[in-house]
Amino acid sequence: MKALRNYLDKIKPNFEEGGKLHAFQSLFDGLETFAFVPRTTSRIGSVNIHDAIDSKRIISFVIIALMPALLFGMYNIGYQNALAAGTLGEATLLGMWWFGFLAVLPKIVVSYAVGLGIEFTVAQWKHEEIQEGFLATGILIPMIVPVTTPLWMLAVAVAASVILAKEIFGGTGMNIFNPALVARAILFFSYPSAMTGDNTVWVAGKSILGAGFDVTSADALSGATPLGMAAQEGFAGYDQTTICNAISGLIPGSVGETSLIAIALGAALLLWTGVASWKTMLSVFVGGAATGWLMQAVGLTSIQWYEHLVLGGFAFGAVFMATDPVTGARTEGGKYIYGLLIGFVAVMVRVMNPGFPEGMMLAILFMNVFAPLIDYCFVQRNISRRAKRAVQK
Amino acid sequence: MSKLFSSENKEIFLNPLNANNPIAVQVLGICSALAVTSQLEPAIVMGLSVTAITAFSNVIISLLRKTIPNRIRIIVQLVVVAALVTIVSQVLKAFAYDVSVQLSVYVGLIITNCILMGRLEAFAMQNGPWESFLDGVGNGLGYALILVIVGFVRELLGFGTLLGFQVVPQCLYDWGYQNNGMMTMPAMSLIIVGCVIWVHRSFNKEEQK
Repeated sequence: MKALRNYLDKIKPNFEEGGKLHAFQSLFDGLETFAFVPRTTSRIGSVNIHDAIDSKRIISFVIIALMPALLFGMYNIGYQNALAAGTLGEATLLGMWWFGFLAVLPKIVVSYAVGLGIEFTVAQWKHEEIQEGFLATGILIPMIVPVTTPLWMLAVAVAASVILAKEIFGGTGMNIFNPALVARAILFFSYPSAMTGDNTVWVAGKSILGAGFDVTSADALSGATPLGMAAQEGFAGYDQTTICNAISGLIPGSVGETSLIAIALGAALLLWTGVASWKTMLSVFVGGAATGWLMQAVGLTSIQWYEHLVLGGFAFGAVFMATDPVTGARTEGGKYIYGLLIGFVAVMVRVMNPGFPEGMMLAILFMNVFAPLIDYCFVQRNISRRAKRAVQK
Repeated sequence: MSKLFSSENKEIFLNPLNANNPIAVQVLGICSALAVTSQLEPAIVMGLSVTAITAFSNVIISLLRKTIPNRIRIIVQLVVVAALVTIVSQVLKAFAYDVSVQLSVYVGLIITNCILMGRLEAFAMQNGPWESFLDGVGNGLGYALILVIVGFVRELLGFGTLLGFQVVPQCLYDWGYQNNGMMTMPAMSLIIVGCVIWVHRSFNKEEQK
């Protein structure tokens, strides 16, 4: 640690104004503040409360919390591949994970390279400090797309999302929409056949660097997600083991969204460190469950209320997307309303719109728009309540 | 002759093309810009139609401007515009039926285009017919320019064609390239118009107030 600090101090003058590497100042600054908490303090005369945790540290927690879902997602990719190839017997646990790792790694690299490239360029161009929000976004994006998404599509979507959803609003902390979900929405609307289509997108069918298996029969590749199946044909292709598999995560789906257990581990870390709000998280589940129960009670769908919560990206969205402190509601009361409405809209989209088997992405993006309005109402209510109290005295 | 092409008149004509562009600066006429720009051809036809209607309605109103009673001027303007729109619509149906089907109601809706009424009220009511004509052509072309840019981007990325001809080579599709479905949606033209305005502003510093 000490050696790294000394080394950074030694090379730092190169990046200052007039140094020969000044063009890379943002890059250096970003890496330095990522490794060490900045030593600068606020100027005398202003009153500031400093916490030891800054946004780089918060984002590190989010990334650690995503690790169980990501690692399990890699294993699940290998599992689905072996299942489709019919070679589940000869596949080893590590071999399946290795295949998934090789399938996901290029996506993570592309997502970070494109996104951070744009962020560093903008920071250098505008002489701003490098902002760190993309560290979490960059790993979220590969986790919410199908495993077969081509890399160039991912790059297009990441670039469009970072520029349109984030930089033009003023960068990290200023964005209205969750950039990871915007990237997914861009992919979803731009290249629908690569995102849902005929359902051959959820299973990787080619071996990579000798790992995994080539899937020869085209039928074996058409692993529809349970949610897609339920939307299309009711529960014809549905058996009860699916729920168990959905909790453990051995179902086709986007890379990181399948396993409820891995997501629960991440949720526990987020809640324990206080990075995510339990109010938002809980109310998303309550809103979804209540709406799912109501929809089933009036006979609009045959999906049970608890199945809504375990299938598709509901849990992943509730834990990692809805709790985004930038785009979500910030008032304490507002978090309940915000979460309940996300659950409500997500299940409504799933049940009411046959074109969209999954509604979580649309629900969160939709409620992102209304989060400031919810906050405004709660702040105004507090103001008027206090004003009344002042008058009574 | 020299008076006809004086520097003021040149200014009247060129100003709406760039510094005072009806879409990029005044943000007028957005609805039709969203609706007809999914391909290049309807965008061009729509731009030319609006140019013709703006120019001639400007001339007619400018000629009548001293005889129009102030209280009923909007009605008079509407009658003139409606007559011209009907003519253009019939001409399109006669000579370019396919495009007129694609444009559907949006030709008729030129009558409600804010650019038209704005120019009639703000310019033709105070100026002579030649200046009004130049102003109408300038504004119409300024509108058409943005429409063509948006139509170009949307058709190229959304369909891989330009004016109906295949532009993106087949080998790109063989390598896995796909047309961007979002470009064919109206929402995307709003984003492209936004990008055009962004670029325009970054080149015109005086607008960054």
